[in-house]
Amino acid sequence: MQLPDFQNRLALPDEILLSVEKPARYIGGEINAVKKDKRRVAIRFAMCFPDVYEIGMSHLGIQILYEMFNRYEDVWCERVYSPWLDLDRILRKEKIPLFALESQDPVKDFDFLGITLQYEMCYTNILQILDLSGIPLLAKNRGADCPIVIGGGPCVYNPEPVAPFFDLFYIGEGETAYRQLLDLYLENKAAGGDRKQFLLRAAREVPGIYVPSLYDVTYKEDGTIASFGPVREDVPKTIRKEIAMDLDRVPYPDKPLVPYLKPVQDRVVLEIQRGCIRGCRFCQAGQIYRPVREKSLETLKEYAAAMLKHTGQEEISLNSLSSSDYSRLEELVDYLMETCREKKVNISLPSLRIDAFSLDVMGKVQDVKKSSLTFAPEAGSQRLRDVINKGLTEEVILQGAAMAFAGGWSRVKLYFMLGLPTETEEDIWEIARLCNRIAAVYYDVVPKEKRNGPVQIVASTSFFIPKPFTPFQWASMCTKDAFLQKAGLTKHAIHEQLNQKRIKYNWHEADVSVLEGVFARGDRRVADVILKAYEKGCLYDAWGESFHYDRWLEAFAECGVDIGFYNSRTRSRDEILPWDFLDCGVSRDFLWKEWERAQAQILTPNCRQACQGCGARQFGGGVCFEKREDMDS
Amino acid sequence: MKVRIKFSKYGALRFIGHLDLMRTFQKALRRADIDVTYTTGFSPHQVMTFAAPLGMGLCSIGEYMDIEVDSHRGAADLKERLQAACPEGIDILSVRALPEPEPNKKVISAMASVSAAAYAAVFKDGTRSFSDWASQSEAFLSQTEILSQKESKKGTVTVNLRPGIRELHVEDGALVFTVDAGSRGNIRPEQVTECFFAFLGVRVPANALQLIRLELYADRGTPEKPDFVPLEALGEEF
Ligand code: SF4
Repeated sequence: MQLPDFQNRLALPDEILLSVEKPARYIGGEINAVKKDKRRVAIRFAMCFPDVYEIGMSHLGIQILYEMFNRYEDVWCERVYSPWLDLDRILRKEKIPLFALESQDPVKDFDFLGITLQYEMCYTNILQILDLSGIPLLAKNRGADCPIVIGGGPCVYNPEPVAPFFDLFYIGEGETAYRQLLDLYLENKAAGGDRKQFLLRAAREVPGIYVPSLYDVTYKEDGTIASFGPVREDVPKTIRKEIAMDLDRVPYPDKPLVPYLKPVQDRVVLEIQRGCIRGCRFCQAGQIYRPVREKSLETLKEYAAAMLKHTGQEEISLNSLSSSDYSRLEELVDYLMETCREKKVNISLPSLRIDAFSLDVMGKVQDVKKSSLTFAPEAGSQRLRDVINKGLTEEVILQGAAMAFAGGWSRVKLYFMLGLPTETEEDIWEIARLCNRIAAVYYDVVPKEKRNGPVQIVASTSFFIPKPFTPFQWASMCTKDAFLQKAGLTKHAIHEQLNQKRIKYNWHEADVSVLEGVFARGDRRVADVILKAYEKGCLYDAWGESFHYDRWLEAFAECGVDIGFYNSRTRSRDEILPWDFLDCGVSRDFLWKEWERAQAQILTPNCRQACQGCGARQFGGGVCFEKREDMDS
Repeated sequence: MKVRIKFSKYGALRFIGHLDLMRTFQKALRRADIDVTYTTGFSPHQVMTFAAPLGMGLCSIGEYMDIEVDSHRGAADLKERLQAACPEGIDILSVRALPEPEPNKKVISAMASVSAAAYAAVFKDGTRSFSDWASQSEAFLSQTEILSQKESKKGTVTVNLRPGIRELHVEDGALVFTVDAGSRGNIRPEQVTECFFAFLGVRVPANALQLIRLELYADRGTPEKPDFVPLEALGEEF
């Protein structure tokens, strides 16, 4: 009798795999996963997204770096995700070291462990990854037997709250300086250099690299920073972000991984541009990714076709901060609609402005009756939208809604933020009134016999969290109680509206926002709290079911760290902010000017209307060098 | 045209659940550029059915799915292209056309056809063998009742497996048996091995066994006189 192969060559034995919730999270071997012979590569790189597999697998940035590293013949890049709570317990109990998916080898055997920091609430998961890998949590305790632990991603624009856990941070886009870093690593190794020597040379020689152990910080009596700087003369005082200027020439995953488990984003993702021209004052991405750089239409067509062919995915989605601003969107969408109809592929178009063009496209690619329209006014009143520089006017929203209702849509989603600087009760009432007016438009525009059921409006609010490198980096944030009060008022105000039955209201958890605020603008002292909270069992804080606010509050108290100091204080212009040593290209003066304009409720034109001289022109390309003759300035 | 595909599932793919296996095939068929028939509407999907879900951890050399194609270049071409698009752990074993049904009748899908399944059980680590108990298999089968306890929402239910066990013997160190499946009522292979060990009075640690599905059968006979044939036998070469 010929039996099939059931040998287990995985890191986890059958009995463990069969006892956890989704064993497919841990077996690797997905379509397009890269296998190499480990004896024939010089560098093994473990790339980690510190959240559960289905979330991490959906992330484009990791796939881009995975592609880039694996194109290097001498490097094998593998993936690591956070084991879910069930496996976490087993790994600790059975003392099984955390492993990378492709080779199933322990993470500790790798040369590098790169961890991407996409949101602050993953910080305890970083410690889980290190801990389960058998790597000391604090960089200063690591020896020659440990991989170099690198942090990257948007949160490294303030790396300080997690600085002690990392050997180095890579600031900015990964496509530019990694090869140099790897070459330096090989050279140092060949010359018999140790870990310390490598880190020192990386800090000195490789652009965009921040080695926290080479910088020292002192504090004033009031808790603010007195000084921050390198401990040696030859280490740079400021570190400028890395940026890829020609997006047609950077590696792009034309063979993205196809997981067995359904990931959060079960589709291929086409990145059409980076950056955003708009400059909304609360938005960090809008500043740190400046300037806007587009990919050419030809490149995008080529990638779209290749990705669909190599994955067999049924859906393609455009990725950018504001797709409507891509200069050749119509041509791109026409092309995609054509190919996708042929191949029976769905198109999803997030981040599109609602206008005649987008409604026409959406009408063609989705089922109007089932889909909903999304507006993100962010604030209820025009006054407050001017404060945050959100160019969307009520007229535009109501017109868009009217067009959409006429086109058959009857569901609208609206996103707002509560607790924005200068917000008053009147601004909150305006959220409710705006929802009500949109509902009224439906009854005005759509005659009774043509109505596809009643109009449905879903208003969601999140709590405003000031972020580094935004004009609001100096602003104070609301307390938990203030947030909840605002959410209560929003609810009440909606109830008072004529169409209140047609409006559903959701709001975010306030506890998590409070912590996110501390992590976003914290300094190195916050690291103690994160470590303490992890020791108390905090993990997967972004997941409601495993979030324990009480443990966090205990950790803050035990470390003597005051939440109010980080969240409830308006900073002065001359205060040294923990992230001031980083340079994202946008100048501090520009951000301060924007902070003043915000308080004076003055709108700032976008990059295509009139350059504001934010500083990002220094990178020598992108929107800063577009011709503006035909634009009004 | 309706096409019946027989495949195996083994190695690390033992840990892929049924829904994920379906998604894997949907994408593999697209990568293989097979002209699968789609449903109409806003989100068209492939016309595809599977015979019987395989439990997590099991491997198989007798899995089936039916698809419908609008055009093709022969079974050999289809098989080759689908194989090339499949991950390690899936082998395409046969590709056959289901004959056009008689007028006013529908093709019976793989799922509706299943009436029995054959399994093998072996010790994973090879340290023990069913050969030690080869002589007891007949005695086991000669019982009039083989009672198995099943946990259900309404509490523990006891069922008599004996009528549903069509055949059982030891071969090459493996326990090989055929049980009712699908429309006839489903016996899980674990129930059979548990009862076998209980009969022997032998304790075997959980997870010591690897279960392998060998084949899925359709019944072409009558209730009194069943005639089991592998599902692939209902298809034709093309
Ligand atoms: S320099 Fe001008 S065009 Fe360039 S990103 Fe800044 S504001 Fe926009």
